[in-house]
Amino acid sequence: MLEFKNVSVRFRGTGSLLAVDDVTLSLPKGSRTAIIGETGSGKSVLLLAALRLLPEGAVVSGSVCLDGEDLLHVGKKRLQHIRGGVISYIPQGGGASMNPLLKIGFQVGEPLIVHRQKTKKEAMAESVRLLRRFNLHDEDRVAHDYPHALSGGMRQRVMIAMGMAAGPSILFADEPTKGLDQRRIELVEESLQQLKNETLLCVTHDMGFAGRISDAICVMYAAQQVELGTSKEILEDPLHPYTQDMLAAMPENGMVYHGKVGALSHAEYIGGEGGCRYRDRCLYCSGKCQEKPPFAVVGNRKVRCWRYVAEN
Amino acid sequence: MTTDKKKGQKKTFSMNGAMKCGAGIVGFFLLVALFAKQIAPYDPAQMGVPYIKPCAEHLLGTNDVGQDIFSELIYGTRVSLLIGVFTAMVVTVFATMLSLISGYYKGIPDKLITALTNITMGLPSLALTVLLVAYLNPGKTSIIISISLTAWTGTSRILRSRIIQLAEMPFIKIEKAIGMNDFVIMTKHLLPNLKDIILSRAALAVSSAMMTEAGLSFLGLGDLGSKSWGSILHYAFYQNGVVRGYYWWYLPPILCTSLAVTGFMLLGYYGVQKMPGGKKDA
Repeated sequence: MLEFKNVSVRFRGTGSLLAVDDVTLSLPKGSRTAIIGETGSGKSVLLLAALRLLPEGAVVSGSVCLDGEDLLHVGKKRLQHIRGGVISYIPQGGGASMNPLLKIGFQVGEPLIVHRQKTKKEAMAESVRLLRRFNLHDEDRVAHDYPHALSGGMRQRVMIAMGMAAGPSILFADEPTKGLDQRRIELVEESLQQLKNETLLCVTHDMGFAGRISDAICVMYAAQQVELGTSKEILEDPLHPYTQDMLAAMPENGMVYHGKVGALSHAEYIGGEGGCRYRDRCLYCSGKCQEKPPFAVVGNRKVRCWRYVAEN
Repeated sequence: MTTDKKKGQKKTFSMNGAMKCGAGIVGFFLLVALFAKQIAPYDPAQMGVPYIKPCAEHLLGTNDVGQDIFSELIYGTRVSLLIGVFTAMVVTVFATMLSLISGYYKGIPDKLITALTNITMGLPSLALTVLLVAYLNPGKTSIIISISLTAWTGTSRILRSRIIQLAEMPFIKIEKAIGMNDFVIMTKHLLPNLKDIILSRAALAVSSAMMTEAGLSFLGLGDLGSKSWGSILHYAFYQNGVVRGYYWWYLPPILCTSLAVTGFMLLGYYGVQKMPGGKKDA
């Protein structure tokens, strides 16, 4: 059980920037959650914050509890055990995510050496098995090759294999489909669907992909959660205007575009307290939207929009 | 260059033209130093008839006390190379350690180490080295220490900036994400990526250390126990060999020093051949 409670991330520097604003999310054991949102909405930062991998300028508040233990305050030794041993992180894009000078097999098996006290040889054998599980052909050769010999799609699957190596119970995937074509996306999908008991938290901006791999979806917009519910409900009957617009704009839904989607000014985007952040692009914007909407419970999901508050 | 570049991407070790020359020169001097006993026709300390011009018996003539200059030169290779290589090792290891700490941990350690580097860079290095050698016990160790004390700064700066760059690379982030401890990340993942810079800087460090050593020995601050190339030059100068035009006495050590220094500098081209190879994407 992993729980994000009121997590906010602020980057210091020239004018402080709120990258994640008060996110509360709970991931029961074995659940599959996807966070969707556009670039810069704070979804990747949220994952990195939980593992304390953000750069020094980041101030994280709130708590991330793993079975009651606050990850934001555990000691360094314990944190190193949790990273990779309990929670593993699959980074976005395969490109620079692997050390160009070390063999793939070694890199995939490295978590085993650290967390399961395996020898180099055992780790290598195990990583060949892992690569096989993720359908990389000719695994023995791949394991003894260097990362430049792989295509982007292969690298992405290798990264998933590396994430799975030490048998963690929670998996964070950061845009595992970025830059991949449809066929590769399907392969990544298959890889993720093979996970049985693991808890999955996947960040993506591919809504179709999110629907296929997850059972709960959290929509983020401008650092805030705007909608949270089961995948089926959100994709079939979105409540928040942002989710609605986003789904309507998908090619398979006819690319409907209401024309109000202009560029947001920077000040509005990072704008802290004042009002609903989607108001300038929203079709239903009213006077009330100048105030910050609450993350209200509607049925068995949560929506951050005044329209649903009024109904209750 | 293009063919080298292609080969350079593979595991096979390939050299460019400059490096081959350098390796040849360095290899030659290493062999000479190793087999000095076998090659040298005389014991370099053995005295005889002074000021003999180069002839069949004494290939490079003799000096003011009749020592065979060819033999002196061969034994001098040992001293010069030893001091050059050892200094370079000390300098490179020290600089690498400091830059790893400062580049990887950033923050306060970085500030301290950068300040130390800046201060050391500000010191007049040759003057300080001369002073130290003059005050410390004479001998190879003190020469190595004195040269190393100010010679590490350049390498440390270059490495630091590269490490800062590397530390932000996703593959280092992932190492942290799989719970790797800092020491392993530094040695297993950062060091191999710094190999090119370290090796070429080390080769350059050897050549500059040899130059400094030759300078010190020329000033009479060298190791008194064993003559290096610089010391031969020192005697040639102070025993009026230069004024009297005994070219066989002062020319060979100068040529040898220049050649060896050039050899190490050419070896330093190791880094150049890798640079345009686009390793970053690999």
